[in-house]
Amino acid sequence: MENSTQPSRRQLLSLIGKMGGAAAMYQAMTALGHAAETQFDGPPVLSGAKPGASVVVLGAGLAGMVAAYELEKAGYQVKLLEFQDRPGGRNYTLRGGDIFTESDGTVQKVQFAPGNYINPGPWRIPHHHNCLLHYCRQFGVALEPFIQLNHNGFIHSSEAFGGKPQRYKAVATDFRGHTSELLAKAANAKALDGSVSAEDKEKLLEALRHWGVLDDNMAYTSSVAVSAQRGYDRPPGGGVEGAPSPSQIAKLGDVLDPQVWTAMSFYFNYVMQTTMFQPVGGMDMIGKAFAGQVGKLITYNAKVTKVAQNGKGVTVSYKDVPSGKMNSVSADWCVCTIPLSIISQVEMQVGPKLAAAMKAVPYAGQLKMGLEFKRRFWEEDDNIYGGHSFTDQPIAQLSYPNDRFFSNGPAVLLGAFARDAGAFELTGMTPQERIEAALAQGEIFHPQYRKEFMNGVSVPWSRVPWILGCTSRWSEENRAAHYQNLVAIDGRVVLAGEHASYYGGWMEGSLLSGIDAITRIHQRTQAA
Amino acid sequence: MTMRRSLFLIPPLLALLAAPGHADTPGGVQAKNKAVDGEKVYKQICAACHMPNAMGSGGGTIPALAKDKKLADPAYPITIVMKGKGAMPPMSEILSTAQVAAVITYVRTHFGNSYPQPVTEADVKRIAKPGRSME
Repeated sequence: MENSTQPSRRQLLSLIGKMGGAAAMYQAMTALGHAAETQFDGPPVLSGAKPGASVVVLGAGLAGMVAAYELEKAGYQVKLLEFQDRPGGRNYTLRGGDIFTESDGTVQKVQFAPGNYINPGPWRIPHHHNCLLHYCRQFGVALEPFIQLNHNGFIHSSEAFGGKPQRYKAVATDFRGHTSELLAKAANAKALDGSVSAEDKEKLLEALRHWGVLDDNMAYTSSVAVSAQRGYDRPPGGGVEGAPSPSQIAKLGDVLDPQVWTAMSFYFNYVMQTTMFQPVGGMDMIGKAFAGQVGKLITYNAKVTKVAQNGKGVTVSYKDVPSGKMNSVSADWCVCTIPLSIISQVEMQVGPKLAAAMKAVPYAGQLKMGLEFKRRFWEEDDNIYGGHSFTDQPIAQLSYPNDRFFSNGPAVLLGAFARDAGAFELTGMTPQERIEAALAQGEIFHPQYRKEFMNGVSVPWSRVPWILGCTSRWSEENRAAHYQNLVAIDGRVVLAGEHASYYGGWMEGSLLSGIDAITRIHQRTQAA
Repeated sequence: MTMRRSLFLIPPLLALLAAPGHADTPGGVQAKNKAVDGEKVYKQICAACHMPNAMGSGGGTIPALAKDKKLADPAYPITIVMKGKGAMPPMSEILSTAQVAAVITYVRTHFGNSYPQPVTEADVKRIAKPGRSME
């Protein structure tokens, strides 16, 4: 039990924070064995803003809105211009009745039942994205678990297992078992004697026996013990017929299919590890919560046409899209969060280094599809509650809804989360053709598809008019050449957004970038 | 089998980009479409952004390829397809050099373009040699 007369760890950190500032607190937190999960160490402290100092923020996505929120709180005069008629940017949810218009004018009307939705953009939040979680807490955004790793999801490869989907738990166990057997064989054949001491070799063999569930001969074979990990032919029961019977392990050649080990290693990624979260009711709850704070500062339907600057300030020209009327707004500083795919083609008075950096970053073109079915057959028939199934077909994966388990009535699953070639292929189709492709590819997992299908919507990010891409995709080479130029303050202009972070495609990156940009602007104004 | 072998031939850059690594991407691997058919490659890859009629989108933000005088010199489309430009990712990650040659030949002879000289795989390899700067 904690001694109540001792300061709690939280109180101690708060004290250190007050005395030594954020950096000292961060250092202390690291020393105490937490933090080090994110670069977020609390909201920015922008004290002593000069009266009348002003900032115009371009884009009411998360980067723009966090910048506006913290700047206004600090006493700056803030205006926010947004191209769309809603806040949030890629923080976005489609529900029944919503209209989605593609860049070529193709219109889809979402037909989902009330309560059903898809998150075409961000959809899952790692437990260590502390900046995003901070604002969710502060604004009262309700979060629920996002089921990430589901051992009962499927793995499908057209080149293994005769093209039949396999349960993740079965093939993951088999991959571990077969590779353990091989390593044990190598060790026993003295092939590793140059690399391990005799003592370590014994430890290794003992580890492989348990880790790989090997038998007395150090072989990976079908058994009840192996089935206790990969699943049974007949699972344990009660009474007379209670004894389980083992399932048959898969062949080494099938298990070495890359679809197996990439599915396993997917969950090793720092940003993919459990626990993950999603907002209750749709991802746009976060954007709406920010807009609840800064909505009064936002001018919607404003298409930025020019960003001009001199040594003293910035003038942004924009068109009111419905009326076509031109307007302008001037401020001391500009925080521009418009995606590079768009802003790189807008007239901007910036130096050659920033101009080059804005044109140097490719965008990924992912595609998501939401399919609504009459019932949750994946739960009722297949025992799959949330999580994913992976395939080497263009749809790439299915993801099952993480909310309202066991409920009756229509439900929406993510019928495609395509990337690269698969995403381009699906994007090039009409909405009807995409649905047909998703049904044909998805019914390999779930033969119930055709019978239960009701309607669907596809969001190909390459054809989303206000971004024409999904997320920035820096290569190491590009980063070395352009990243610092992209984030540097150029006169009176600074860029922010996921593209100006090392967390590309994550809301955490947008927020951290927005906070970093305004912190540097604030330092400049204080120094002036 | 061929797919498995091709995995080991992926250049390191592709391995990095294709891996789920840091971004929020789907998991798993994709079967590769190896069809060397210009029209098919156009439909499956290029049409996503440049549109089925090659008119581009976003009011010129994604440029049209129809009636494009810049296609006269094959080096221009080869460089852009292989290395990317602006928001367009390098297609060398998902297409073979033979597919790139086929699709450029296709675009140069369709959509109001008439540059009948075929672009060969050798042209693609020569012009998009690693290390050769795009600028």
